[in-house]
Amino acid sequence: MRIRNALVALTVSGLLVLTGCGDSSDGGATGTPAGGGPSGAVTVFAAASLTESFTTIGKDFETVNPGTKVTFNFAGSAALATQINQGAPADVFASASPTTMKTVTDAGNGTGTPATFVRNQLVIAVPKGNPKGVKALADLTSPGVKVALCAEQVPCGAAATKALAAAGVKLTPVTLEQDVKGALSKVKLGEVDAALVYRTDAKASAADVDGIEFPESAKAINDYPITVLKNAPNQAGAQAFVAYVQSEQGKAVLTAAGFQAP
Amino acid sequence: MTLDSDEHAGVVRPDPVTPSRRSRHRRVPVALLIPAGLGLAFLVLPLAGLLIRAPWTTLPQRLTEPGVLTALRLSLQTATLATLLCLALGVPLAWLLARVEFPGRRIVRALVTVPLVLPPVVGGIALLLVFGRRGILGGWLDQAFGITLPFTTTGVVIAEAFVAMPFLIIAVEGALRGADTRYEEAAATLGARRWTTFTHVTLPLVAPGIAAGAVLCWARALGEFGATITFAGNFPGRTQTMPLAVYLALETDLDAAIVLSLILLVVSVTILAALRDKWITSP
Repeated sequence: MRIRNALVALTVSGLLVLTGCGDSSDGGATGTPAGGGPSGAVTVFAAASLTESFTTIGKDFETVNPGTKVTFNFAGSAALATQINQGAPADVFASASPTTMKTVTDAGNGTGTPATFVRNQLVIAVPKGNPKGVKALADLTSPGVKVALCAEQVPCGAAATKALAAAGVKLTPVTLEQDVKGALSKVKLGEVDAALVYRTDAKASAADVDGIEFPESAKAINDYPITVLKNAPNQAGAQAFVAYVQSEQGKAVLTAAGFQAP
Repeated sequence: MTLDSDEHAGVVRPDPVTPSRRSRHRRVPVALLIPAGLGLAFLVLPLAGLLIRAPWTTLPQRLTEPGVLTALRLSLQTATLATLLCLALGVPLAWLLARVEFPGRRIVRALVTVPLVLPPVVGGIALLLVFGRRGILGGWLDQAFGITLPFTTTGVVIAEAFVAMPFLIIAVEGALRGADTRYEEAAATLGARRWTTFTHVTLPLVAPGIAAGAVLCWARALGEFGATITFAGNFPGRTQTMPLAVYLALETDLDAAIVLSLILLVVSVTILAALRDKWITSP
């Protein structure tokens, strides 16, 4: 009886070990160019603010390079940088700030010097129709106007702090959101009257929010760097994707989304 | 509150006290021992990971940073208030589910567990749609009384209570169903009203179950992240609880995030261990 119990346990734990090992053999991307061009899976880690434009670029890239499959991981730049530095199997990293990119290159996980491929600046996002009549940064300090900013730890928050300092405006937000999409969704839900978000985010949600330009945002322009990662499982695919983002076709998509050329 | 009365009532104890004396003589089956060991390793290894990676040399400076204590105090306060709210509303609801036959009881029981399966972020949005400025109740609260719940400490308590209450209800309902109803029947035959029976017989009988449920509820509230940041936002001193502070620290400084996580772990495990000795195990 005892022997049988031991056997059952051994089989169960053996199975666990086997299934555990099975995962590691999953290479996925090979990246060996079959007919000269890139092929296989390309995994791109990109800042949340690139969601719409990179999704389009990814589809275009797959059409131009048959046999490729682009997979995205969109999140806050800093979270992505942490994942990459902890060994996530990514091919390309596109960050919303050079500071965040630096944490990856400093850890020795980048290749070459990251290229700045676009720039983005802030606008004031207000609910459609602008019920509180916000026209400039100073209007955000008036009583009864609730404002959401990004937390200073994330790029859009750092830019907001810089822009507010440039304008000499001191305001107390009701919340410091974890990323730009969080700040935007508070405007969409009508919980705040205004938020400082990227022009591209306001444009992507034009159905629900209006974006108001303000001059001080020129003092807080965000550069977006992109790089092929050192441990990229698909080097050839990664290089082709980075080149495509900087090509005329890639630029056209990014400009249409509201990004500025570097 | 005589906690030791459950010995006679046959309430299922969440924490058996002295089984080791009897079972020491028998051999533990290997078929149980191996998966149990794997299970323990699975739960404990991530904690070991935090401890190994912790920046021990800079720990003292990081602990004294002002934002840390503020977030910790807010976390402990809101989790405790949320637990009190859950006790006030959840115990009667659990009693209703366990003791009263009414049409649709199975549906109500399923509905109670909705916050368990709902991703917390979705729960936060659902709360906004009800208690938000444009929400069904929130809009009225705002216009009639000028009360707004999002972005306030009260909002944090509401978000935590929403996510944590099912843990309390399920624990208390389980205790009530496991409790011997003959004591309540005896009280009734002796002329006690239902309310008196509830306060003098039922509550003492299931006190350990309520304590266990409250501890689970408190622990869940303490770790709450998704519903809180969605419904109450993130502002230091007002709505930034420890999990939110950990998440934001992660954006820039992995070491700081690890320190914050360790503080939260040490404080909560200490409190839980102390309460466990006091409430759940008998002297």
